[in-house]
Amino acid sequence: MRSVSNRSTVDLAPWAVPSRFAWKSCGDVKSRVITGCLCCRAVNVQMVQSQAPWPCTNVVTNFRCRQKSTKYRSLQTEDTEQQIIRETFHLVSKRDENVCNFLEGGLLIGGSENKLIYRHYATLYFVFCVDSSESELGILDLIQVFVETLDKCFENVCELDLIFHMDKVHNILAEMVMGGMVLETNMSEISTQAEAHSKMEKSEAGIAGAPARAVSAVKNMNLPEMPKNINIGDISIKVPNLSSFK
Amino acid sequence: MALKIVKGSIDRMFDKNLQDLVRGIRNHKEDEAKYISTCIDEIKQELKQDNIAVKANAVCKLTYLQMLGYDVSWAAFNIVEVMSSSKFTFKRIGYLAASQCFHEGTDVIMLTTNQIRKDLSSPNQYDTGVALTGLSCFVTPDLARDLANDIMTLMSHTKPYIRKKAVLIMYKVFLKYPESLRPAFPRLKEKLEDPDPGVQSAAVNVICELARRNPKNYLSLAPLFFKLMTSSTNNWVLIKIIKLFGALTPLEPRLGKKLIEPLTNLIHSTSAMSLLYECVNTVIAVLISLSSGMPNHSASIQLCVQKLRILIEDSDQNLKYLGLLAMSKILKTHPKSVQSHKDLILQCLDDKDESIRLRALDLLYGMVSKKNLMEIVKKLMLHVDKAEGTTYRDELLTKIIDICSQSNYQYITNFEWYISILVELTRLEGTRHGHLIASQMLDVAIRVKAIRGFAVAQMATLLDNAHLLTGNTQRNGICEVLYAAAWICGEFSEHLEDPMQTLEAMLRPKVATLPGHIQAVYVQNAAKLFATVLQKHEGETDSQAAQETSQLLIDRLPLFVQSANLEVQERASCILQLVKYIQKLQQKNVEVAEEVTALFAGELNPVAPKAQKKVPIPEGLDLDAWINEPPSESESEDEKPKAVFAKEEPKHYRSRNTEVDEKELARRREVRKQEQANNPFYIKASPSSQKVYDAPGVEHIPVVQIDLSVPLKVPGMPMSDQYLKLEEERQQKEKAERKKKEKKKKREKRGKGRKADSGPESEEDITPAQHVDIVTEEMPENALPSDDDDKDPNDPHRALDIDLDKPLADSEKLPVRTHRPEVLKSPAEDRVSESVPPETKKKSSKEKKEKKKDKEKDRKRSKEEKKKKKKHKEVEEELLESQPEEPVQSEETKEAAAPPTSTSAEASDLDFWLSSAPVPPAAQEVTVSSSAVDTSSAAVPESEPDEPKDTEPEDTKSSKHKKKKQKKEKEEKEKKKKKRHHHHHHHGEAGGEDSVQNGTVEEEEPLPPMSNYSVLAENSFIKMVYDIQGNHQDESKVVVSIIFENKSDSFLKSMEFNVLDSLNSKLQRPEGAGPHDGLTVPFQLPPGVSNEARFVFSVQSIVMPQKLKGTLTFIVKSDESSTHEKLDFKLHFTCTSYLITTPCYSDAYAKLLESGDLKGSSLRLEGINMPFHHLLARICFHHHFSVVERIDSCASMYSRSIQGHHVCLLVKTSDQTVSIDAKCDEPSLLGNVLDELKQTFSKC
Repeated sequence: MRSVSNRSTVDLAPWAVPSRFAWKSCGDVKSRVITGCLCCRAVNVQMVQSQAPWPCTNVVTNFRCRQKSTKYRSLQTEDTEQQIIRETFHLVSKRDENVCNFLEGGLLIGGSENKLIYRHYATLYFVFCVDSSESELGILDLIQVFVETLDKCFENVCELDLIFHMDKVHNILAEMVMGGMVLETNMSEISTQAEAHSKMEKSEAGIAGAPARAVSAVKNMNLPEMPKNINIGDISIKVPNLSSFK
Repeated sequence: MALKIVKGSIDRMFDKNLQDLVRGIRNHKEDEAKYISTCIDEIKQELKQDNIAVKANAVCKLTYLQMLGYDVSWAAFNIVEVMSSSKFTFKRIGYLAASQCFHEGTDVIMLTTNQIRKDLSSPNQYDTGVALTGLSCFVTPDLARDLANDIMTLMSHTKPYIRKKAVLIMYKVFLKYPESLRPAFPRLKEKLEDPDPGVQSAAVNVICELARRNPKNYLSLAPLFFKLMTSSTNNWVLIKIIKLFGALTPLEPRLGKKLIEPLTNLIHSTSAMSLLYECVNTVIAVLISLSSGMPNHSASIQLCVQKLRILIEDSDQNLKYLGLLAMSKILKTHPKSVQSHKDLILQCLDDKDESIRLRALDLLYGMVSKKNLMEIVKKLMLHVDKAEGTTYRDELLTKIIDICSQSNYQYITNFEWYISILVELTRLEGTRHGHLIASQMLDVAIRVKAIRGFAVAQMATLLDNAHLLTGNTQRNGICEVLYAAAWICGEFSEHLEDPMQTLEAMLRPKVATLPGHIQAVYVQNAAKLFATVLQKHEGETDSQAAQETSQLLIDRLPLFVQSANLEVQERASCILQLVKYIQKLQQKNVEVAEEVTALFAGELNPVAPKAQKKVPIPEGLDLDAWINEPPSESESEDEKPKAVFAKEEPKHYRSRNTEVDEKELARRREVRKQEQANNPFYIKASPSSQKVYDAPGVEHIPVVQIDLSVPLKVPGMPMSDQYLKLEEERQQKEKAERKKKEKKKKREKRGKGRKADSGPESEEDITPAQHVDIVTEEMPENALPSDDDDKDPNDPHRALDIDLDKPLADSEKLPVRTHRPEVLKSPAEDRVSESVPPETKKKSSKEKKEKKKDKEKDRKRSKEEKKKKKKHKEVEEELLESQPEEPVQSEETKEAAAPPTSTSAEASDLDFWLSSAPVPPAAQEVTVSSSAVDTSSAAVPESEPDEPKDTEPEDTKSSKHKKKKQKKEKEEKEKKKKKRHHHHHHHGEAGGEDSVQNGTVEEEEPLPPMSNYSVLAENSFIKMVYDIQGNHQDESKVVVSIIFENKSDSFLKSMEFNVLDSLNSKLQRPEGAGPHDGLTVPFQLPPGVSNEARFVFSVQSIVMPQKLKGTLTFIVKSDESSTHEKLDFKLHFTCTSYLITTPCYSDAYAKLLESGDLKGSSLRLEGINMPFHHLLARICFHHHFSVVERIDSCASMYSRSIQGHHVCLLVKTSDQTVSIDAKCDEPSLLGNVLDELKQTFSKC
């Protein structure tokens, strides 16, 4: 019979968040809203965008994964991309906690066949735009896998990690979703590859990289913006939020 | 040197890196744009430097800026530079940037082709991986064409990491370069059984994606997917496969029947919600595809509905949402089972989550009946009042209209009520759906004659209160309603109580603020009203009233004559002059009314939206030919204003037909017709128009003809809030009526033959409030039924609608770069064609021609078969026999097993697979199936959990089959041999590049028949022959197929098969059975009959051959007596039986040999005087090898053991001596295999 134990991560239903996983909340976080928004198909949609006091302050990474048709693609400019992000953010952010995590696709994301599937972690929204060939619950799981992988790779990730290292976020995502299709769902496999990448990076940097690293360490010191380096210890608020997947 | 590097890096360590950029942007929130522009300047400076690290850093920052919405396409060339860096770190930055900014229009993409190719073949797997990832985002048709071959090579890379990426990217390649699909498909299919789960899931992913768009081409893969479904444990893969089956079942109902069992089992057993949900979804799809009249599936429906109810009741909103979504699918075919959950769905309407409410609304659509329509709509109207967001309110509005108008107003019993609902909806603030309401009003007023009086009264009120609608400029959408109101009042003005008042309302100065197309309708209909008024006052002695009307028009019309809108202006000035003329006549006391009315005479009939398209072009009519000489320049200029004029027509304009019947119509009427003819929107449906009746030539069908009960009095001037009351009143009356009707019921039932429509029987007791006459839309005579204009010609997936079962043509090969110096990477075929001497080349071209012919024949045959399949779905048995290439358990199937098979074989495989009855439970681990099915043909899953236990009928059936087949087999042996040839051609071709594979092996002369079955034991009663096959799925199991043949005249029954297990090999017994218990052979043998049973053995070590002792006990039952008999045997597990025929491509083969993990050994055989191709065929057949490549008298062969050992052979022959060099990662296995090889050839 089907063994339940060795299945992949699909099915954490009902969407339990492992207890060890908690987003660190940073001092001024409430004033910023970041949307994570990435899209697998049909349209690209993207990840992480901000509204309010700092427009453009935050990570805006585009995940242009797969377009449904070339026709659509030709319309796709930076402007429309930004518009999609904005509207998506608008749609997602005004939704209450405790409502379902699916949004019917509007014209913007390529018609009714497409859905927005999102998850809300503290101040971050991770949004995938998928078409009907994906399982809704599966994608919710995929987001969970993504976030957990980020957590693993950044060692207790916070939004600032994502903001300052959007390239790394991209590379991790590329190990999961390629060309708009799900490539890998096994978390350990993904993080192994990500680690291998960073190992290669380090070995390539060699001596030459050392001074640069030192400088960036210096740069990062004393900066109020990087509260991650200031050990707040107990003060760091564990966001109990996460109620959207109880 | 090192110093220089360090110095360089010190220089640049003070450059801004990405983190600095982000920080900077965050610190300059006030003047962000300025800050970024300085940053971009810096970046431009950095890009000019030679240091690649600096460039990479700059590109990295640019990528970030691109994500913020800045255009960075100017740096495309620098991105290419960074991509070509040798360092992984920079390369990755480059590819990331490329995947972000490159698109099909980017010209530098052409420059990347060689770079990407280099990266793809890089020894570093991460370079390859990064290139694949990047390429997946910006692949263009050119790139796809140039790189398809390289990517295909990567699909059999040794590293699963690369394999899975290569497999996945193939989908993008197919999309951009559809020609690559057929050559690449065999390999893709092969990857479905890749040992690595990631690769497997990628392949499933790609095939599912392809199949979703063009399901019919992938039906032949159903057995394979079925096997995967029953064996896979990866939920991702399962979900994909189950979704795929959902797409396939509508095409093949038999597939659905087969699926239902395992799916229901999954539904019962799985704990994963995602999987459960997909299973339910697919079961629903299956049920939809099966004819609804199948009573035995009601259990499945019940199960689905029940599971969905659990989902909907769950507190998790996501599950609730999905439950409703799936429920709406069931609703389409099994509305009854959903209707019982009405309570739940109405409850969901009150959910605070908008998405859930919307889904519940969808469901409501199917739940209405004549009884509850009003109730439900009332509830929805309440929601409309409460709703906050306009989107939700608009959605509600469309839903209300959808619900009411569905299937030609089937559920509406009281059209007065419906009109008042529509009028009430016009009070909605800020809705975008004014035109929807308007078209409903028009539709109802035109098609329901009885309601016109009421409708006109309501519309008149609307016109009177037009200021309420137009007052707010934001409510622009709703003023469309006035368009309908004005038209209805004008067209059916004879029903107006006070036309004068309405006329006055229509000519108010405020009207001039309305949109042009509405004003135009106002003006035109004012004229109609004028005609009515004239007629009304005709006979009267006092012509005062009529003259007043003319004066009113003459006073008010100039306002419209000044309109900026052309149409309004034109119509107004025409009518103004007409009225002035009439006034003159009136003053002379001439009776004009009749003539004025004649302007607007004629009945309007509804026409179906697609009617015009369906009119067949009469013979001899060339629509493109000029009727007159092409018009001169000046004439065409005249034409122009007309076009503009036509465009201003409203989109929702209700189509009318242009009957050319009344020739006496005035010139004005002609003009009107002209307008319609020029109207591009004429005939086209508004999005809201109801369902079209496609039946050609449908004429007026009086749909509902029911007695008129108490007609409701129209309230005089309904204000917006009165409508609710009105409706409530109506509800109450309705109830009262219902009670009344209860008594009348009997009489009702007796009377009236109702035509066409009318709801479920139980609802007949509701009597419509009016005499209703629903006029159906007209279709022209000889309308063409074809209806394929819905497809989007731009859909890239259309290009992928390719028949994959057709054998590959010679021309269908991926372009290979011939100029490339490294021959190693190019496919096998290249190499071969180089090494083949010129004469054979010529010959082969001839052969190719022949092949083509054969192929065509085959194609024809397969087409015929397909046709047959459709015709004789029920008589499958006949079908089986009629198919010449039905895989009987003879040699060729086994050879054909692993590599992709040809069309006909596959089609029949599928047919057979679909028609075969379920196999017995896996728990027993004894699989009986009709002998026609070969295990390795992957057609029948060896074990299916929890299948029903109906083996009995199947047994008898299959034994019958067997008999027939054996006879046939003998008769047709010669034929088959020939056919096998075709077969093998296809293999070669199907393999794409390596056309010298199995194909050529048997080209020269026919092979002697071969069988792998060897005698196990024999006595006077029974003979047992057996064959051992490895199991693809399980690395520790082998299947022993034993054919029992009854040689006696008696009946053999109660056969029990038992084997003495060794430490290494054990017979799989059902759970609960002791280790020494025998297995019952699940059939009995009448005299002279043979049948096959399968037994599964588990083995641990496969490096050594094994012998197992066993016994068969059985009862011989003759007429007079029955005796117990016993037969001992020895099962010989050779090492070859652990090998599985696995195709291998020469590139992968070369890599395998280069890897150095394999240990070698060799063998010499003397005195072999059989042709080389016979020799190879024997090795292939008896020892489960496949030919990788053959050049002259030398061939490389490959096989894999069930535990994954690779076995490679290099077979050379010269002068009756055959030398075999072999390599394997397990020396003792290799030794044994070689010994067995030797034995095989010593026998002959």
